[in-house]
Amino acid sequence: MTATTPPMIRMAGVNKHFGSLHVLRDIDLEVDRGQVVVVLGPSGSGKSTLCRAINRLEPIDGGTIEVDGTPLPAEGRALAKLRADVGMVFQQFNLFAHKTIAENVMLGPVKVRRMGKQQARDAAMTLLDRVGITDQAGKYPAQLSGGQQQRAAIARALAMRPKVMLFDEPTSALDPEMISEVLEVMVGLAEEGMTMLVITHEMGFARRAAHRVVFMSDGEIIEDAAPQTFFTTPRSDRAKDFLGKILAH
Amino acid sequence: MLGLIDYFEPVTDNIGLFADAFLVTLEICLYGATGSLLLGTLIAACRVSPLPPLQRVGSAWVTVFRNCPLTIVLFFCAFGLPEIGINAPFFWFGIIGLVLYTSAFACEAVRSGINSVSAGQAEAARAVGLTFIQSLGTVVLPQAMRTVVPPLGSVIIAMIKNSAIVGAVGVGGDLFSTYGTLVSARGLPIIPVLLGVAAGYLLITIPGGILLGVLERRVAVAR
Repeated sequence: MTATTPPMIRMAGVNKHFGSLHVLRDIDLEVDRGQVVVVLGPSGSGKSTLCRAINRLEPIDGGTIEVDGTPLPAEGRALAKLRADVGMVFQQFNLFAHKTIAENVMLGPVKVRRMGKQQARDAAMTLLDRVGITDQAGKYPAQLSGGQQQRAAIARALAMRPKVMLFDEPTSALDPEMISEVLEVMVGLAEEGMTMLVITHEMGFARRAAHRVVFMSDGEIIEDAAPQTFFTTPRSDRAKDFLGKILAH
Repeated sequence: MLGLIDYFEPVTDNIGLFADAFLVTLEICLYGATGSLLLGTLIAACRVSPLPPLQRVGSAWVTVFRNCPLTIVLFFCAFGLPEIGINAPFFWFGIIGLVLYTSAFACEAVRSGINSVSAGQAEAARAVGLTFIQSLGTVVLPQAMRTVVPPLGSVIIAMIKNSAIVGAVGVGGDLFSTYGTLVSARGLPIIPVLLGVAAGYLLITIPGGILLGVLERRVAVAR
């Protein structure tokens, strides 16, 4: 118990441009093991890019990103190995359209972890049970509701036994009545101690499950505080303005 | 009626020759199609790979072989390959040339299919930890199939017809060469012989087209 364990995610001096647009400006962010961090901010503030940079779906122009103490490798096998340990849930679900729900969940364990088919299927069914869609296992993604698809996508990510989970606006493409079923699953994960970075507009989730709220605007991290502090006494005008707009109604 | 039978005597009298020639052409087409599809898919994979050197090899390949006349490619194979120490019957040089040329078109058809699959599918595959090749093979290409069958079918049918050029350049014994054997060497009338040769090609291309239609319906269902 001498050496301090590295944070699960560490970003230092990260910069990224899309052409002339500076989408990430000198980002410094650490997420500790077991911590749930919610990233808030107006659209175009760079939150999605920040999330996607962590498993290198977006390469960065400068700075360093480490996951569990390992710097992100360049394109290749080492990167694939790192991505296997980082679960990702997308706004548009992105379930494999030509595979059944069970096959979606099994694919990673079988192809990447070299798990046996039967063992992978059993594990997949356990996960589908956990997210409450066992009865959908044999269907194709297009046959499921948005909420069910997103829960399947969470199960697919969990099947890799990730060290950390990234959620890129997981409920933004859902009809209102389906949002809570997905948030329930996420709250459950948070309670079990999963390290999570969640891009979301769901203030209820942030209040209930987050340890920290990070507020981004124009590619910068403006505030980084406990949810209670951030929601009641935001320091910056931009955060006040943002909260005013979303909490007004 | 009897006149018509007489008219096609140059074909019916030599039906054995036509049958052998048909089989040679069929053989060229089968090797050609298999080779072109495999090589074309490989080149397409290079073009969409995350490695810039491979991308450059892929686009250079397409630029060269899509823009050179097949006849020139075939001559390069026939005369160039022996010069660098590769010796084989002309039959194989013909197939190599046909495959090199057709692979460029097959590559572009496959690539358009790959581009028709939403980027989110490949991103999800990579996020799960699949390597580039795994994500291409298990997630992207199977979904690209449904858009890629019709254009790829056209490429293969064009290749079957191009196999006549392989014959003209000197493979011998194939359908197109039958024309030379019967008309130039034996002085038989041109038109009935040509009709016989054409029928031989149609016997490959038309069932081929029907097979493609069936395949297209099958991959359209499997989604």
